[in-house]
Amino acid sequence: MATQAETAAIGKTYPPLTYAVGREKIREYAVAVGETNPLHLDVDAAREAGHRDVVAPPMFCVVYCGPALGPALFDPELGIDFARLVHGGQRFEWGPLVVAGDEITTTVSVKEVSSRGPLGFFTFESRSVNQDGDTVCVGTWTNIVRGA
Amino acid sequence: MQPGDELPELKVTPDRYLTVRYAGASGDFNPIHIDDDFARQVGLPGKILHGLWMMAQVARAQTEAAGGPHALKRLDVQFRGVGLPEREITVTSTVQEVRDGIAVVHTVAEQDGKAIIRNAEARLEVG
Repeated sequence: MATQAETAAIGKTYPPLTYAVGREKIREYAVAVGETNPLHLDVDAAREAGHRDVVAPPMFCVVYCGPALGPALFDPELGIDFARLVHGGQRFEWGPLVVAGDEITTTVSVKEVSSRGPLGFFTFESRSVNQDGDTVCVGTWTNIVRGA
Repeated sequence: MQPGDELPELKVTPDRYLTVRYAGASGDFNPIHIDDDFARQVGLPGKILHGLWMMAQVARAQTEAAGGPHALKRLDVQFRGVGLPEREITVTSTVQEVRDGIAVVHTVAEQDGKAIIRNAEARLEVG
């Protein structure tokens, strides 16, 4: 069962955090996930294609969202037990591409807390906005905590 | 892209140290991904792949098929089972429908014949 304290946290919003997107971080991430598209790796190729700098792969959103998610995952009010935590599902919706030099501000909120049998579900939403005010990514993060 | 079309299959075999590089690249240093002893202590067969790295392979299959990162507008996945290093992963994708310039694609990632990502749906800007 989700406790009253956990359920009361639905809608809770954590302080926004801004992540400065670096060229080498995009390259490091792109290599780690096996991207070969030069847009992610080669500044000249990215500029020839009309971008200011190298382009972040869509899933780079996990990098700029990461710092904003920490306070939610470690929120004592939710009390998520990491030893029993499983990443159950994930959804991202993307807006304009993110490129090196962007500053992305992400706000995380608690979308759902519930339980089904021995499983607890903690769903967070992240909304990431670039320096021009465009929403570049909305994430729905479903975490499952297995019962004792 | 037409309903029923299969997108090109993506095959990838993460090497033994991939999870370490991905931990650094992503910032997720959960020891279940980088420490075999720790992973075994919590009942896993050994260090396991990051779910979000596996999701990135599903994403890559879509962007490579659709002509670039701009095309991927949405991706929704469920993680099932665990993915392990040094074993081939295959991502398969099938177009379900195309409407208003958006293709809805059902996609799955398998390793050793078991789905590690399933019920995944991508929306791709096409045409």
